[in-house]
Amino acid sequence: MVDTEEKNFFSRFKGLKLVFKYRSITIGLALVTLLLLASLLAPVLSTHNPMYKDPNIRLSAPSREYFFGTDNLGQDVYSRTLYGGRLSFLTGFSVMLISGFFGTLLGLIAGYYRRLDFIIMRVLDGFMAFPSILLAIALTAVLGGRLSNVIIALSIVYTPSSARVIRSVVLIIRETEYVEASKSIGASSLRIIFCHILPNSFAPIIVQGSYIFARAVILEAALSFLGVGVPPWIPTWGGIMSSGRPYMMVAPWIIFFPGIVAILAVFGLNFFGDGLRDFLDPRLRGVRSM
Amino acid sequence: MRQYLIKRILALIPVLLIVGFVGFLLLNLIPGDPALVILGPEATLDQVNKLRAELGLNLPIYLRLIYWYARLFRGDLGYSIFSSLPVLQAIFERLQPTLLLTIFSLIIASAIGITSGIVAALKRGTWIDQIATGFSIFGLSIPSFWLSLILIIIFGVWLRWFPVAGYVPLKDGFLKTLHTLALPSITLGFVDSAFISRITRSSMLEVMSQDYIKVARAKGLSYRKVIVKHALRNAILPIITCMGLTLGNLISGAVVVETIFALPGIGQLALSSILRRDYPLTQGILLFTAVVFVLVNLLVDILYVFLDPRIKYG
Repeated sequence: MVDTEEKNFFSRFKGLKLVFKYRSITIGLALVTLLLLASLLAPVLSTHNPMYKDPNIRLSAPSREYFFGTDNLGQDVYSRTLYGGRLSFLTGFSVMLISGFFGTLLGLIAGYYRRLDFIIMRVLDGFMAFPSILLAIALTAVLGGRLSNVIIALSIVYTPSSARVIRSVVLIIRETEYVEASKSIGASSLRIIFCHILPNSFAPIIVQGSYIFARAVILEAALSFLGVGVPPWIPTWGGIMSSGRPYMMVAPWIIFFPGIVAILAVFGLNFFGDGLRDFLDPRLRGVRSM
Repeated sequence: MRQYLIKRILALIPVLLIVGFVGFLLLNLIPGDPALVILGPEATLDQVNKLRAELGLNLPIYLRLIYWYARLFRGDLGYSIFSSLPVLQAIFERLQPTLLLTIFSLIIASAIGITSGIVAALKRGTWIDQIATGFSIFGLSIPSFWLSLILIIIFGVWLRWFPVAGYVPLKDGFLKTLHTLALPSITLGFVDSAFISRITRSSMLEVMSQDYIKVARAKGLSYRKVIVKHALRNAILPIITCMGLTLGNLISGAVVVETIFALPGIGQLALSSILRRDYPLTQGILLFTAVVFVLVNLLVDILYVFLDPRIKYG
């Protein structure tokens, strides 16, 4: 009865048809699903063993046998790109979950408990002052270039911006009438946070998550490209492009194709996030944290 | 105004303390003995002990932290292990390319971003808007290293319009410097224009729906005049904020682009210092870039007062 004003997050999904009226959601989701499936089905779709090196066919141009050509070691770029997608999606997804979780937690605390706000926000400001790529490189260099460490480093990089967005949403919600109403009937702070504020913050949390997913995929590729991410023999989009760099004049396909695939994936995620934002919360149109 | 300034500068102190703390953690989080890690497995015991003493690793951690802050306070960032130069000097020697790259990139990013943002807002809902919006998402999705390499292949290798790598310092002529910085600046400028374009579009849309715009049109002002004199002037604040954030983040982009174009700037220094395990230098660069970022944002906030007389801080 008190909650009549409260819009339930899940009820908005009841008209699934409505979701797909937003073309960007459909296109973005289709792109991401397609590429995700392609990388999950890499063992079926790949035409060669991604690790098999055949020196006789080094740097050969794209052909019917090798769709994306071969690299300097004679490995099939197409198959490596498929397998590389697994690592990119895994990294992006994990970073989204971890930084989303801690960002939401910190955002809720900072937005609701005004006394902790100053301390938490200054700490986050401190972290955000570092250029993201330098912080990520330094952290992976210190922790060691393993996949788990790359994920930890990227999560540390993206948690502050996630927390900032959630906090700004919580600040608005805590002033609404339904929160005031639950306070007046004696609801505990924890109940208000988890039963009222959190469910009403889902929209920005998910939208922010899709952006972080996208940025994490790019940053992971940049780390692998610079040679500070996961070890180079593991196929990653950034790693493949990095191996093609010395040969870019004679074999530009080593850089071109994995790059296009990475761009499509990130484009899909960003497009999906934009559509979702417009659909879930038109007020947030155009808002996007760095 | 003065009160506001003092308040803002005081608020910097906790942020800078945190920034310093993160820099401190970096060296002290290294698993095992940092001195051994820095010098590598071939170092003699003497060398390791000497470096341990130099870095203060023999002290308990709380003392190390106190000494660290004390040194920071005096502006002493220590010495680079690789070049033995004072860290600040090593950074300032590499400042010119990065500074110029940042300025050129910001000019390009603003030119593309603000123009496309305004056009998209004016043609809202049309195919022009959709193309501009799609283009800006595309810009957000391109890894800067990929774009650099593609531009190198097209404009450096095939067309031979621009050099593929290297840097000519300012003292050898501005045009030559500009020539070497063209491709890296276009890369970063394009990537960062996406963000500025989005903010410009949404900010313009908001202003255009205000009553005073209708009034200005109703009293017979030309369309162009309304856009430039009324709409853009009021939409400029979020755009400036966004440009400030972009400026701070350009150093991030510089790491990748400087490495690819072999520009001897701070970004390249940062990467090489990390790869060489030159931790004092790495710490120094991290702190330097973070402080620059914080100061740029402070400047932007102060700039507000001059751009918008309605804002009064007190």
